[in-house]
This record gives sequence, structure tokens and C-alpha cells, in this order.
Amino acid sequence: MNVLDVQGLTIRTEEGRDLVSDVSFSIGAGSRLGLVGESGSGKSLTALAVMGLLPPGMTASGSIALTAHGAPPAEIVGATERALNGLRGRAATVVFQEPLTALDPLMRLGAQLAEPLRARHGRGLRGAALRRAVEEALDRVRLPEPGRIARAHPHEISGGQRQRVALAMALACEPALLIADEPTTALDVTVQSEVLALLDTLVADRDMALLFISHDLAVVSAVTDHVLVLKDGTAVESGSVADIVGRPVHPYTRDLVGSARHLESALERIVR
Amino acid sequence: MNATAVLTAEDAGFAYRGAPAVLHGVSLDITAGRSVGLVGESGAGKTTLLRLLLGLTRPTSGRILFEGAELRPRDRELTRRFRRSVQSVFQDPYSSLDPRQRVGRIVSEPLCSLGLTAEAGAEGDGSGARGGRALGIRARGARRDDPRVGAALEAVGLPADAALRYPHEFSGGQRQRVAIARATVCDPRVLLADEPVSALDVTTRVRIVDLLLELKESRGLTIAMVSHDLSVVAALCEWTAVLEYGRVVEQGDTASVLGSPSHPYTRRLIASVPRLPAADGTAG
Amino acid sequence: MSGASEAREVRVGAAGRAPSRRRRSPALVTGCVLVGFVVLVALVSLVWLPYAPDDTTGTRLAAPGGAHPLGTDKLGRDLLTQLMTGAWIALRAGLGATALGGVLGVCAGLAAGFATRWLDDTLSTLLDVLIAFPTLLLAMLMVAARSASLGSAVLAIGLAMTAVVARLTRVLVKRVLAQDYITAARTSGTSWPRIVTGHVLPNIWPTLVVNLALQFGLAVMAEASLSFLGLGAPPPNASWGRMLQEAQATVFTAPTGVIAPGVLLVMLVVGVNLVADGLRDTLDPTRRRTR
Repeated sequence: MNVLDVQGLTIRTEEGRDLVSDVSFSIGAGSRLGLVGESGSGKSLTALAVMGLLPPGMTASGSIALTAHGAPPAEIVGATERALNGLRGRAATVVFQEPLTALDPLMRLGAQLAEPLRARHGRGLRGAALRRAVEEALDRVRLPEPGRIARAHPHEISGGQRQRVALAMALACEPALLIADEPTTALDVTVQSEVLALLDTLVADRDMALLFISHDLAVVSAVTDHVLVLKDGTAVESGSVADIVGRPVHPYTRDLVGSARHLESALERIVR
Repeated sequence: MNATAVLTAEDAGFAYRGAPAVLHGVSLDITAGRSVGLVGESGAGKTTLLRLLLGLTRPTSGRILFEGAELRPRDRELTRRFRRSVQSVFQDPYSSLDPRQRVGRIVSEPLCSLGLTAEAGAEGDGSGARGGRALGIRARGARRDDPRVGAALEAVGLPADAALRYPHEFSGGQRQRVAIARATVCDPRVLLADEPVSALDVTTRVRIVDLLLELKESRGLTIAMVSHDLSVVAALCEWTAVLEYGRVVEQGDTASVLGSPSHPYTRRLIASVPRLPAADGTAG
Repeated sequence: MSGASEAREVRVGAAGRAPSRRRRSPALVTGCVLVGFVVLVALVSLVWLPYAPDDTTGTRLAAPGGAHPLGTDKLGRDLLTQLMTGAWIALRAGLGATALGGVLGVCAGLAAGFATRWLDDTLSTLLDVLIAFPTLLLAMLMVAARSASLGSAVLAIGLAMTAVVARLTRVLVKRVLAQDYITAARTSGTSWPRIVTGHVLPNIWPTLVVNLALQFGLAVMAEASLSFLGLGAPPPNASWGRMLQEAQATVFTAPTGVIAPGVLLVMLVVGVNLVADGLRDTLDPTRRRTR
């Protein structure tokens, strides 16, 4: 049973330019897919289309079927805003690249985290129970002193901690599919590896499906086993990480892998 | 310290007024022919150190020396020599080029500002003895055709007609090439770069790293670079300094610092670099 | 992310001349026509008027037609004559105040934008106080200190405008100064005066020009209001504001006295606003980073 089934997705601008053309892929329950491409490849637009969040003026065609836990598949393309709102959170959530813009700067983190928790567990969740739920959610993403963080504003904690809070908010919805759009690009290398490891275990624990979007093959290969390579809005190659990295077929994939290897080689020579 | 050092940070520290220091007693030599990589996390003081070395900010303790003499804004002659010898490249190719200037004018800026166009005019056609003002105007009118601008653009792999275009007509990688052309047009000795490739796509990144390598080889350019990307540092720099919380915790030959790190932070940094899985198909 | 970066990579024009894309926007054309009409009326008033401005020989409150195309006011003065001289006064008020506010404001804004912390803070506080100070009060003080004249009104409006323009300039300058190309210019040895003329001014002037056009419209309105209250140009100079005030009592018996200056005032202000809109479209084309 696939959580996400994308068939022939095309995203067109008002002027009639195709930014994504005829992209198809699917993600089964509990499995993971990496979407790899450089800027302008349409990878982020694909993620937005899955959430039904395309910028105004862009239209999607094709089919995006999203399946929440124990519900029939729902079609995203052409769905009403009401129907989409029912799906967002329950069926799929996103973690974006820059947590500082994803979080409300004027709201305490605890209050922000309370919203998805109450949406999930009902309005009855309040007072001490709510506080406990918030702290548990923060504790689950390995944030130290969850009580202090719940009372803090976004600018008072570090970038890595903010991304953990964003992750906690996404997980609070207990979605069937988690979309991570360059979730570690804005982070330092050491923080990146911690957040990636955390993402890996959390998704595995919940048997969640993961769509991981990145320009960095090495980062993608740390989290997923299958990748789809996008270039200028078309899927050029897909397969297991080992195949794509070991035996790239398409010239662009070869260029991508070759570039990454080339950069890595200088360090490999020294570190080895 | 070192006699051959072009730029030296001598026990340099920096603090904003009323705030704790962001840089503590940093000593570092930038020697001709030995490119330096400054690595560390955000907030470690890498960019502050670079700004000190660029003479944009003065250290609140310690000194910055250029060819053995302390950099002082009052010393015009030294400052001019310094500006000519030390140029910079920045991270964001979208903010580092003036959107309202043509590429030719952008690239010729160091020549104009350092008064190098006038000299060229005088040497070039021998009709230059008409007073500085007339010369300045002549030079200004002719600068887009200055052969050095075309040569600099060509050296970074851009067509000569790029000089007539505006920055928004170029992609990120091409813009970074324009920035490198601007930084190398006056033939500097040192290029100080702040994360020069981190805003670029992987395939573009490789090409810009290759370009910088080539400039190192062909022009004897020394690069001092802030980067969080250890592979870029390994590719370009012979010397590596690791910063943590505003202090240099380790520095030495790149091979030894990254190959056998002695500081735990350096070890953690190296272990965190994401790597591609081994190419079982090709390497066996 | 991807959409925006793609848009940025679109090449413009084979000749590489980006500004050639400057199309004339409909707003700009309409605005120019409206403003142009008022300017034409004002220019004609300088060389030819149907009657002398202080000629009270006409029938009082005559209906439009015959010897007085727009009729006369309650003193028997020709309305068309007043309307025409009023156009010249309105333009002078707008231009004068905008020039004063623009020059002072841009200078103060540049100073604040470049200033170090405490000077910047002082200037900003000063500007905030000036913004909070009502233009009307300022005008009354001016009239008390000098006399009710167009000059006093322009001075009051111009000073009030200075604060607004200065604050905008300061923000624009700060934003440009934060860009890497300024740092690059500094490390290339470019002097501060050259950075101002070469980088800062070219990058802030489109926004400034658009804003000054809007301020011009506001100044014309402000002058009309001050004249309405008797704080503007004294008689026999017919300001539109004073025409409105004088015709106020006879608005039902002789509506042209209110309608005529009102229509011209609206034409000028709407026209200037359209010009500002049009300038925004034409000056900002592909240059703006669309994020």
C-alpha cells in the first residue's frame, strides 16, 4: 500500500512554462525516497505540490494520491482547500530548510507546538496535560531542558535546536508521510549529522514514510535507500542509492556523482 | 613572526562594545604560496577574523600586519598597496554584485578605485599628460574596453561580451565567476574568500574550485578561505586553522590537521562530513 | 526555491541591453496625461488669463456660460481665472515642498544611514519627533512666525515631508550598505564618496523617486487643506483650497465653485499617484530579486 503515489505530475506557470514535467514516483508505508537535484530542478515545487501548497499562478496536472492512516487515497491535484486542510498534518507534513522562517518569531515555542498537538489529540488537551505533552514532544527530538525551550522564543535558541522544534511540530501531527525539504542545509556540519541521525531513528520508530529532498547526494544517502534524480523538472534517473552512486547511467547523474566524488576525493586522500 | 608572511594576525582579538569577545588572541600567518583554510562552525569567529584580515574592522586587541607593518587607515600608501595586494570574494553571488552596474563596470572597479586605469591610459597611448582630471575621465570612458577587464573575464571562463550585461542575466555560478574576475583583475597576491562555493550547486562548485586551483597555479595566487566544507579546504588549502568559540584550537598543514587531528573538536568535525557510499561498482 | 532561481537565470535580450525592456505602463501614460493637463493650465495662466484675478466686476454667483465659462464666485470674480491661477499655486506648492523635503530628507537620511550608532540614534529620534509633530501645528507656527503666505505653507509641508523622506532614505541606505557589493567595493579601495555616488544612490533612487512622486501628491493636498483653513497663500491669489472654502456656503446654489477646483485637485493628485505607480513598474523591472 503506497502512502504517496505521484503519476505524471506536471507543474506549469501562468506563462505556460513547465517547471516540472511528467514526474512519477511512489513511496510505500514506512519506506523512504530521496529527491535529488540542483537549484531549478523542481524538487521543492514537487514537495509543495504534494502538500497542495503551490505558489499562486502555478498549476499542477497529473495525479498525486495521498493516503492517510486507514483512509482511502485522496487526490491532491484539483482538491479544494477544505479537503487539503483535512489532509495536511494527518496525511503529510513538511519540515523546511530554514526553521527560523517556519516558526512564528513572536510566539513561544511551547504555544506553537501546542497547536498541532491539540489538532491531533483534540481541543480537550489543555493545562498541565498539554504542558506535559509539549515537553514530551520536545524530549522526543532529544532537546535538553524541554521546559526551558517551551518557554523560549525562536530567536533564543540555536539553529539546530530550532530545526529540532520544527521536527517535533511535524511529528506531533503523526503524519503518514513526512516531507523534509533540505532540512539540514542551513545547519553546521556537526549539527547536520546529529539531526540526520535523529530524523533517521524517529522516522524508523514510527514507521513513517519519508520524502527527503536535497541537493546533496551524500546527505540523501545518509537517510534514504532510494533516490530520484531531477534535472530541469524531469526525472532523469531513479534507483537504489548504491546503484545511482555506483553505476550512474544518465550523463547528468554521472556529472552529479562525479562532482561529489571529485570534491570528496581531496578530503578522502588526507583522512583515509 | 614569519619574514615571508603577506598578512599576519598577531594575537588578534575582537569584541563588540559591551559584549563578550567573539575572537580571542588569534595568531595566523598568510604566507605567499601557502593557501589557508579557516574552518569552524557558525559563530566560531571565522568571518570576523576574515573581516579583520580584510582591514574592514580593526581588532580590539592584538594587531593585523601587512608585509610586516601594522595596518592603519591613516597610512594611505600602505592601505593602497594592501588593497591592491589583497582582494575578496564573498559567499552570496546575488548580493556581491551591484544589480545596477554592468559586469564590465563591476570588474573594473578595483582598477578605477586604485587609480590603475589612469596609469594604463598614460602608458598605452602616450597622450596622457593632460592633467589628472582629464585622464580620469578618459579612463572612466574607456574602462569597459580596458584589456585587463576582458582578460580577467576570459581567465574565469566568461565570454568577453559578458562585460556589457547585467548581473541578473547570469546564473549563480557565472556570477561567482564575475566576482572572482573582479577580485583578480588587479593581479592581487592574496584572495580572501568567505565561503566562496557554499551557495553553489555541486556541479558548479566543482568548476569554481577547479577555477580557483587554476588561478593558484597560473598566477601564484594565495587563497585564504573561510569554509565549513572540509573537502573544499582539502582541495584548495595547504594550511588549515580550526576555530572554535573564537579561538584557534588547532592549525597546521592541512594533511596533518585533517589527517591526524589532535583536537577533539576537529575530530568531530571530520567525522560529521557526509560521505557518499563507497562505489562498489567501480572500486570493486 | 527552484522557481525563483529559474526565473533568475532567464537570459534577457541577445544584445544584453536589459533596460530596453522599459515598456510604457498604462498607469504612467494616464498619470502623465492628467498631470500634463494641470501643468498646461498652470503654464497658460502665466501668459493669459480671461480676467484679472482681482477683477470683481462680474455678476455675483453667475451661472457658467457666456462671459464666464465657469461662472463667478460670491464676489463676482471669474472662476476660470481663479482655477487657472490656482493650478500654478498648487504646482508651486507641490514642487517647492517636494524639493525642500526631498533635498533635506535625502541628506538627513544619508547622514543617518552612514552614521555610527549614537549619531544614528540621535537623528532617528529627532526624525520620530518631527514625524509625530502635526503638519497643521507646524504650519500655524510658521504663519505666526512669518505671515500667511504660500512660502510659509511650503516651508511647513516641506519640513514635515523631510522627516518621512529621511526615514525612508535611512532604511534604504542601511539595506544597501548591508550588501556584499559594498564590502567588495571597500576591499577594492573604493572611497566612501565614490561608494555613495556609484553604488548607494543608483540603488536607492528608483524607490526614492516613486516615493517623492507620492509625497508631491500629498503636498498638493496639504497645501489645499492649509489654504482652506486660511493658512496658505492670501488673497487675491486663488488657491484651490481657498476656492473650496469660499464656495462652501453656496455649494447648492453655485456648485461649480466647489466642483471645478475639486476636480482639478483630484486630477492632479490621482495623476501623480499613477505616475508613481508607473515609475515603480518601469524602474524596477528585472532588477528586483524576486524571492
